[in-house]
Amino acid sequence: MADDQLQVELVAADRTVWSGQATMVVAKTAEGDIGVLRNHMPVLSLLVDGVVEIEPVDGERMFAAVDGGFLSVANNRVSILSQFAALAHEIDVAAARAELESAQSEGEDGEERARRAEVRILAAEKAS
Amino acid sequence: MALSVREYRARIKSTESMKKITRAMELIAASRIIKAQQRAQSAAPYARELTRAVSAVATYSNVDHPLTREPEESKRAAVLIVTSDRGLAGAYSSSVLKEAERLAEKLRGEGKEIDTYIAGRKGEAYYKFRGRPVKKSWNGFSDQPSFEVAHEIGQTLIDAFLDEDGGVDEVHVVFTRFKSMLVQEPTDIRLLPLEVVEGEEKPSNGEVLPLYEFEPSPEAVLDGLLPQYVQSRIFFALLQAAASELAARQKAMKSATDNADELIKKYTRIANQARQAGITQEISEIVGGVNALADANAGSE
Repeated sequence: MADDQLQVELVAADRTVWSGQATMVVAKTAEGDIGVLRNHMPVLSLLVDGVVEIEPVDGERMFAAVDGGFLSVANNRVSILSQFAALAHEIDVAAARAELESAQSEGEDGEERARRAEVRILAAEKAS
Repeated sequence: MALSVREYRARIKSTESMKKITRAMELIAASRIIKAQQRAQSAAPYARELTRAVSAVATYSNVDHPLTREPEESKRAAVLIVTSDRGLAGAYSSSVLKEAERLAEKLRGEGKEIDTYIAGRKGEAYYKFRGRPVKKSWNGFSDQPSFEVAHEIGQTLIDAFLDEDGGVDEVHVVFTRFKSMLVQEPTDIRLLPLEVVEGEEKPSNGEVLPLYEFEPSPEAVLDGLLPQYVQSRIFFALLQAAASELAARQKAMKSATDNADELIKKYTRIANQARQAGITQEISEIVGGVNALADANAGSE
């Protein structure tokens, strides 16, 4: 492993969304954004619904939408766990927009759904 | 030979079409098992990481969380029974229900009242027929459970557990563990209160779990982790049950197909015998007739 690499795993409840070598991971925790580089101290933190950025060793920067979950960092291994996680290119923007509209029309009940739909749209937009 | 050849032929025909159906079901179950196993495998990383995270928190902070707290006195227990939606799976549903009965008997023996939660139509029908109360039931997913369902079931059980008055003091799950294609075992596990999982994946010598920094705080992290852990355990149980159901169905359908084969063989033999008997009878009638004619002619000459 080169000097500046992290082993990253982005895991959803029913599948591994992405796994590989990366140089940097940025995620949104309950206390604000966190950026993880190599030799970061061990951390276990709660994530909020948001966009996770991964800078892979090969290829372009990736964006993924997650619905809450956890980030755990130890020994240059980063695992991001979330019940739902999707990479930007897997997201159906039209469907997310429709979901956002239907959620907004529900008012407060749909707040969580609206936020999650927004995150999905945001992730897709950042990637493009 | 009670029946005519024609009737035996009809029986053979109907057995043959039954055999086609059971054979098709066997093949369908066989192909779905592979998918079910793949799903179980792809859910494994999540469970593994979650277990690791929970052990990390459990090891490095004093775990005192409502979900792990042992009640001083346990009076009420919830039992979640995972059965199938459809039948024709041999003894699958009945053996898991039998296991549930055994567990319920044991809990009642300890002086606990039991709230029953059921997943799958077969279990619902079993309890409804016997007029027993069911707290809540879910159906329509037994052969391919999604995480959303596990999430909902988990939330219901956690709410029941945390409910101070009228809630339950422990939660058990009865499901069928998929050991191999041939062996599936009805098992019960105690889901709540959670036992601290330290022992599950002990770091080997020299490899110590790192000292984690918890954000925002160990309590908050635990608060978020444990419900997910519970849900992931339920998801695991559902996936195992799905794979077991399909394996049980495949096995049941295989023996049904084999039995149909046997029946067809037997009926063919009997039908052939009947046909032969008919021919023999006809011949002896003709011969008898000819002899009688010959005798009559001989007498008149």
